[in-house]
Amino acid sequence: MATVKPKPAAKTERSTWLLTAPALVLLTVAATGPLFIMLIYSFLEPGQYGNVVWKFSTKAWFNVILQRDIFDGTLTWADAHLTILWRSVKLAMTTTVFAVLVGFPTAWFIATRTPRMRLFMLFLITIPFWTNLLIRTFAINQIIRNEGVLNSFLLWIGVIDAPIQIIYSDFAVFLGMTYVYLPLMVLPLYAAIDRFDMRLLEAAYDLYANRWQALRRVVLPIVKPGLIAGSILVFIPALGAYVTPRILGGGRNMMIGNFIDLQFGQGRNWPLGAALSVILLIFVTSMLILYVRFVNRSTDNG
Amino acid sequence: MKRLLSTAALLLASTSFAFAEGELQLFNWGDYTNPELLKKFEDETGIKVTLTDYDSNDTALAKVEAGGGGYDLVVPSANYVQIYVTKGLIQELDLSRLPNHANIAPEWMEVPWDPGRHYTVPWQWGSVGMAVNSDAFSGDINTSAIFLDPPEELVGKVNVHPEMNDVLSLALMYVGGEACTEDTEMLKKARDKLLEAKPKWQSMDYGMTTKLATNDVMASSYWNGAVFRARLQNDKVQFGYPKEGFPLWMDSVALLSDATNVDEAYQFLNFIMEPENAALISAFARYANGISGSDPFMPEDMSDAPEILIPQEFKAAGKFLPTCSAKAQEYYTAIWTELLK
Repeated sequence: MATVKPKPAAKTERSTWLLTAPALVLLTVAATGPLFIMLIYSFLEPGQYGNVVWKFSTKAWFNVILQRDIFDGTLTWADAHLTILWRSVKLAMTTTVFAVLVGFPTAWFIATRTPRMRLFMLFLITIPFWTNLLIRTFAINQIIRNEGVLNSFLLWIGVIDAPIQIIYSDFAVFLGMTYVYLPLMVLPLYAAIDRFDMRLLEAAYDLYANRWQALRRVVLPIVKPGLIAGSILVFIPALGAYVTPRILGGGRNMMIGNFIDLQFGQGRNWPLGAALSVILLIFVTSMLILYVRFVNRSTDNG
Repeated sequence: MKRLLSTAALLLASTSFAFAEGELQLFNWGDYTNPELLKKFEDETGIKVTLTDYDSNDTALAKVEAGGGGYDLVVPSANYVQIYVTKGLIQELDLSRLPNHANIAPEWMEVPWDPGRHYTVPWQWGSVGMAVNSDAFSGDINTSAIFLDPPEELVGKVNVHPEMNDVLSLALMYVGGEACTEDTEMLKKARDKLLEAKPKWQSMDYGMTTKLATNDVMASSYWNGAVFRARLQNDKVQFGYPKEGFPLWMDSVALLSDATNVDEAYQFLNFIMEPENAALISAFARYANGISGSDPFMPEDMSDAPEILIPQEFKAAGKFLPTCSAKAQEYYTAIWTELLK
């Protein structure tokens, strides 16, 4: 870097701005634009058959938190909304934890293979991205359903004598979610572990650390950025996920994604749907801000 | 590279010549249009039909209203036709251009949502009822109790298709009310019934044709034609008509106000009212079509199918769902949210 001849500062800055202009325009128009429309819609009145009426109203926001009982008119907390939001948050957190538990050993295993093997295994990890999420979810469905591959096999070898009900259970949802989002955890973790200097581990053992201490005091602090990045990458889409919980969980309980979908479809309450989307967005953004803060702090320290 | 480009250009030119005879944009429900029907139409007229799918009336309405889709024909359900008319999204048909209009069966001519059929022509109609596997339960299946008060054998094995209007209407009729009612007593009864029944359900999902056929689901509320298709693969699957009342529906084809291929659209509308072609529609999705004289052309297994022919004793229980008022819709959504929360 030192050999590059410095240009006059103003000129560099102007050309940088010019060069980034297409990206900036695209980001403003295509990314923030729709979000603004959503924000505006959340302050309008719902049309009778969907869509919105251009009249200012805070009813949608009011309805996010409070609801008037449809039968006796009393005002209560909108506990249905809170229940649904909490279910999604819980699912996203559980998925993240499962993904770490499965993803960390996987990433560690890959990172400690020979370079050729590593490439091959990374390639295997990315294979699921070749097909659509829906198809992958249906594939899982095909394996765990009552007359699916797994149950037929267990019946055939005689371990069970009636199919186990796996599909439409919470376990099925966790299984599916972990499977779907696992690559997003493995890849950043792998990148972090790959940079990890294995000699540090030897040093730890030399200093009488046991395996657990070596993992906790030496490995984890160093791969933490990868762990955090993976967790964020898993948590955010998992929060909005609704295809997987619906297909594998049986759809008896809504996720926040289904609930927003309901408002734009059969519910015909677009403003409420928009308000709920904004809330989801705020949720995700605050997670990201926390992440950025965290990463900045840890890089400052070390 | 250059040769590749010129070949591509040639290819593009030749295909657009093939389409020069006209094209038509059909916007219809998914898994609902017989490819053979479109092929036959294309062979006879040279008009190329492009089919775009939707999965719910609300999706279709929202897209049509947003405009710019370039669609010519849409297939809304009965309770949505008036919404399209009121909003000016579909245009009145020039009946003189539809000689086959006379083929519409008399009972499907003076329909409440389009008296005299000035806006829409029939596509298919059917009912919502109970699919039950006779291995799992052998009692009376002509009742909504199958999912609202499930018999012991079916507890934990019933699916409910997550179609808000169908499910709430079935529940309302079961407790003695009417679809789209604003009577809070009835709505309360229906809500309590649904909340009480929900723990006994296995799932709330679509795709029951396969799941019923493969014994993954033993009972479900569902559409008759889809259950018929399940029975063809698994003869244990039976269809019951709830005596407390069950929804009837009809999807009809309408010409959009902003259609660009109007002539082609008229040709298509006339084409599908030809009995032989109407039978082709039914042969695919397995619902009845509403065109007189199509029976002789129907697949043999459809003429006596219990899923298609509503038994005389249950005919009166079948009710077309009206278009719910905004108030009723609000009640529906609130109950639905509470049910699925």
